[in-house]
Amino acid sequence: MSTALKSLIDQPYRHGFVTDIESDSVAKGLSEDVIRLISRKKNEPDWLLEFRLKAYRHWLEMTEPTWPNVKYPKIDFQDIIYFSAPKPKKKLASMDEVDPELRRTFDKLGVPLHEQAALAGVAVDVIFDSVSVTTTYKKKLADVGVIFCSFSEAVREHPDLVRKYLGSVVPHGDNYYAALNSAVFTDGSFCYIPKGVKCPMELSTYFRINTQESGQFERTLIVAEEGASVSYLEGCTAPQFDTNQLHAAVVELVALDNANIKYSTVQNWYAGDENGRGGIYNFVTKRGLCKGVNSKISWTQVETGSAITWKYPSCVLLGDNSVGEFYSVALTNHMQQADTGTKMVHIGRNTRSTIISKGISAGGSNNSYRGLVKIGAKADGARNFSQCDSMLIGDRCAANTFPYIQVQNDSAKVEHEATTSKIGEDQLFYFASRGIDAEEAVSMIINGFVKDVFTQLPMEFAVEAGRLLGLKLEGSVG
Amino acid sequence: MTKEEAPVLLEVRGLAAKAGSAQILKGIDFTVRAGEVHAIMGPNGSGKSTLSKVLAGHPAYEVTAGTARFDGQDLLAMAAEDRARAGFFLSFQYPVEVPGVANAQFLRLAYNSIQGARGRDELDPLEFDDYVREKMKLLEMAPAFLDRSLNTGFSGGEKKRNEILQMALLEPRLAFLDETDSGLDIDALRVVANGVNTLRNDDNAVVLVTHYQRLLNYIVPDYVHVMDGGRLVKTGGKELAIELEARGYDWIQKSAA
Ligand SMILES: Nc1ncnc2c1ncn2[C@@H]1O[C@H](COP(=O)(O)OP(=O)(O)OP(=O)(O)O)[C@@H](O)[C@H]1O
Ligand SMILES: [Mg+2]
Repeated sequence: MSTALKSLIDQPYRHGFVTDIESDSVAKGLSEDVIRLISRKKNEPDWLLEFRLKAYRHWLEMTEPTWPNVKYPKIDFQDIIYFSAPKPKKKLASMDEVDPELRRTFDKLGVPLHEQAALAGVAVDVIFDSVSVTTTYKKKLADVGVIFCSFSEAVREHPDLVRKYLGSVVPHGDNYYAALNSAVFTDGSFCYIPKGVKCPMELSTYFRINTQESGQFERTLIVAEEGASVSYLEGCTAPQFDTNQLHAAVVELVALDNANIKYSTVQNWYAGDENGRGGIYNFVTKRGLCKGVNSKISWTQVETGSAITWKYPSCVLLGDNSVGEFYSVALTNHMQQADTGTKMVHIGRNTRSTIISKGISAGGSNNSYRGLVKIGAKADGARNFSQCDSMLIGDRCAANTFPYIQVQNDSAKVEHEATTSKIGEDQLFYFASRGIDAEEAVSMIINGFVKDVFTQLPMEFAVEAGRLLGLKLEGSVG
Repeated sequence: MTKEEAPVLLEVRGLAAKAGSAQILKGIDFTVRAGEVHAIMGPNGSGKSTLSKVLAGHPAYEVTAGTARFDGQDLLAMAAEDRARAGFFLSFQYPVEVPGVANAQFLRLAYNSIQGARGRDELDPLEFDDYVREKMKLLEMAPAFLDRSLNTGFSGGEKKRNEILQMALLEPRLAFLDETDSGLDIDALRVVANGVNTLRNDDNAVVLVTHYQRLLNYIVPDYVHVMDGGRLVKTGGKELAIELEARGYDWIQKSAA
């Protein structure tokens, strides 16, 4: 690989600082006692403790899956801190009460809390390590009946809603990491859009892992009642440690008749260094249930961080005429590994799904798309279109595509297209021969490559995501 | 001013280059003055494209001997993009396809980077749109090519036209046109040749690589060189091209051996 190309993809991580905040942690290790302790610290109702314990007992019986195309040393689940919260933890009424050190962290991260949030029209929930620090704009949202709060608060204030939907899309024993999450999750976001309400602003959660030995297990639940709609954004960063941290979140979305949920993620967890030391293991279960007729769930993800990304935001299309969408850009560099994609499960009639996946691999990284399109026996007239494109930068990286298609209904139409392209010397030379340097060339080629996905992101997020991709790949040229 | 007195634009001396372990160029000498047209002909695999790419700065080739001065500067010491900014232009024999990058966007970035290097004003997308459409008329290109991905799915002839469009936009001092005529139909050849002639003046120069005499009826060369085995083995006037068309390369190869 040319030196220009090499220096382009050797960019340092900018969010790698640690915030010096006292935290209240439970000692390392996992047992029923630890789970009871977490539940007690959070003053949880019995049914929730029962949910956790059931999940934990189930998890004990399960074995870690080995089918993904990623490699990592065995995780010692007793060597993880399962609860870590910033201290002091009194209830916060406004942003001004947030620990100034924490505020500085978010300033550094460029999180649009505060006035910036007002300008951007964004309501932000911030999850620091495992606990939600504050949610802004609660009042304005409350006026239209939208509930947007930390998961813990939802458990306290809206227990019936939480109880009704928690685990309804991702059951407690769904998979190894979802079971673990169900046992130990400490916080997350809850969002409820009542019947007929179009949420007046973008809702946003910012996740941050700060403690070296803590795992992050948050839980997000979004419910859109009949005719409701919401656009939800999720961003994440983590400091730079040379050990690995586990992030095993669960996100559940429920869309009732004619409801619409758009979920966008820009994931920039610490990816480890050039040699693959450190970084986040991002093992996340995200699933949306299009429960009602004409409902729609759309996932857009821009995955740039984590040592390992392993997730398949999925849609279960139960309601007739419901629509599932998955738009993804996954970028891996250095020694990063990604095995990501989606599942579209068509159950109802005339259900439609679209999958657009763009994988970019650079350095010595490994980037796999894995997707399942399943058309059930009753899904008359179901349609799917999938487009999976891979882009290789340099000669040492790898890209794979694993499409699985299961069709049990003859009237279904499933289309799959895939391409692989490469930013190689000849393309860069072509640009150079027109006076365009390698950095500009790569950014232009990449921007062109991801365009179909980026147009799905809300404006401010598209800008941030573009900057992030640039950061990951650009640099001063030799 | 006679052409012999015109300033030297490109002076290549003893240029040798290899790719990996293959020595492809084995000592090239030639001089191009402002206002001149040179044609380079020669059998397949003789090193014509390699010469063009070495001069343009392709990283796959290593210069093992010789010098090349362009407009008074040491061409071989410059990065590829700086050669372009200094006014060296290569029209590729095989232009690469770049899916996802709109032609218009690419052309504007190229134009602005060259303009910037010349200390001239850059154009915003709207201004550039007007400008590029003018240039496209010269080459009888449909505006639809602006919205398509760079070279992607272009026919052979369309790619070549898009190359000459870039020449028209970038106004180089020296344009090295590598088999621009290959793939052009008869009408397109005339259009493109007219385009090139329109862009010529006393201050710039053109080096054409071609296999066919026909192009040289439109763009009349001052010199014709024959390349064989990585060397320029014969140089003559425009009549040499006619002779080659009639007799092939055999007789030159024999007399050179
Ligand atoms: N990057 C490379 N690596 C190895 N060999 C190369 C490389 N580039 C060119 N060659 C070889 O060098 C020789 C000259 O190639 P070049 O493309 O310059 O020929 P040409 O004169 O332009 O031929 P044509 O008329 O067919 O276009 C050929 O044998 C070719 O295979
Ligand atoms: Mg050639």
